[in-house]
Amino acid sequence: MKPLRIASFELSSRLFVGTGKYQSYEIMREALEASGCQVVTVAVRRERLFDQSGRSLLDFIDLSKYIILPNTAGCFSAEDAVRVALLGRDLLEKQKNPGAGWVKLEVLGDKKTLLPDPVGTIEATKQLVKQGFTVLAYTSDDPRSAVRIKEAGAASVMPAGSPIGSGQGVLNPLNISLCLELLKEGDAAYPVIVDAGVGTASDVTVAMELGADGVLLNTGIAHAKDPVKMARAMRHALEAGRLAYESGRIPKKRYATASSPFEGVVGYIPGE
Amino acid sequence: MRHGIDYNQELELKMTIRLNGEEREVADNATVEAILEQMRLSPQRVAVELNRRLLRTENYNQVLRPGDQLEIVTFVGGG
Repeated sequence: MKPLRIASFELSSRLFVGTGKYQSYEIMREALEASGCQVVTVAVRRERLFDQSGRSLLDFIDLSKYIILPNTAGCFSAEDAVRVALLGRDLLEKQKNPGAGWVKLEVLGDKKTLLPDPVGTIEATKQLVKQGFTVLAYTSDDPRSAVRIKEAGAASVMPAGSPIGSGQGVLNPLNISLCLELLKEGDAAYPVIVDAGVGTASDVTVAMELGADGVLLNTGIAHAKDPVKMARAMRHALEAGRLAYESGRIPKKRYATASSPFEGVVGYIPGE
Repeated sequence: MRHGIDYNQELELKMTIRLNGEEREVADNATVEAILEQMRLSPQRVAVELNRRLLRTENYNQVLRPGDQLEIVTFVGGG
């Protein structure tokens, strides 16, 4: 598979894996390894001032191996998203991790659906681009919103397959393929990542077969009964989907087409 | 010792700031550096916002003022 380019980032793996919701940091570390991913997402949160376990996420991520993609999850306004992005960048600069250059932008509308707020997302994209960020913007599968976010300067648009953590897979393949078509019109290399909603391996394959450049997921691995095995499954599913997309699938036909020739058949053929 | 009076810890001059969303009493000459040290946090492992603006590491020695809003953040697992 060709490496994926997003602005100045060249990525060997097209799978982006989140670090949330694992039973332990040890399982997370093993799952990340098994997924073969190069990019891992993290969230920025207030330091716990009283109840410190002394164990930090950063102690379980090999910063020389992974590129950290900080998110703005939990932000409900463009202003807060920009604040959080700046904090994440500062932290990654201190770790000397290349992830300091980019951000996974989330501006959410409400806590129940976690669906993105398109207006806030566009506004935050503009501000972050001005501040020198490579913006990867989480959005719904609405093709017109996706186009507006690209126009606002996002280096990658990341439509959701279905709501965050819902495990419902790609609910509207038509919309995802329209996003891909509109975003890549005259700009085939523009990276589009399906973000959110993946429940199992086939969901990843579906997204990749549609022509997505990558998939970002978290819960599908973290909450699987065996997260490490599921991480391996996701890795293979992504590769299968990408290879199938590059190979060019056959068109769907209404009727059967025999793989073995009728010519020379011994015996009776109905209708002949 | 201040003006010849031996203040114990309780009598030390304090001010109130807002730290990670909660009111906190800190020494009236507190700096971010001192607060981090008190909490055993490495300046390299946190990012800091003062009154909603990012505070760069080189400014962690700045003396805080009453009512300042301080946010000390780090990375946690997320997707």
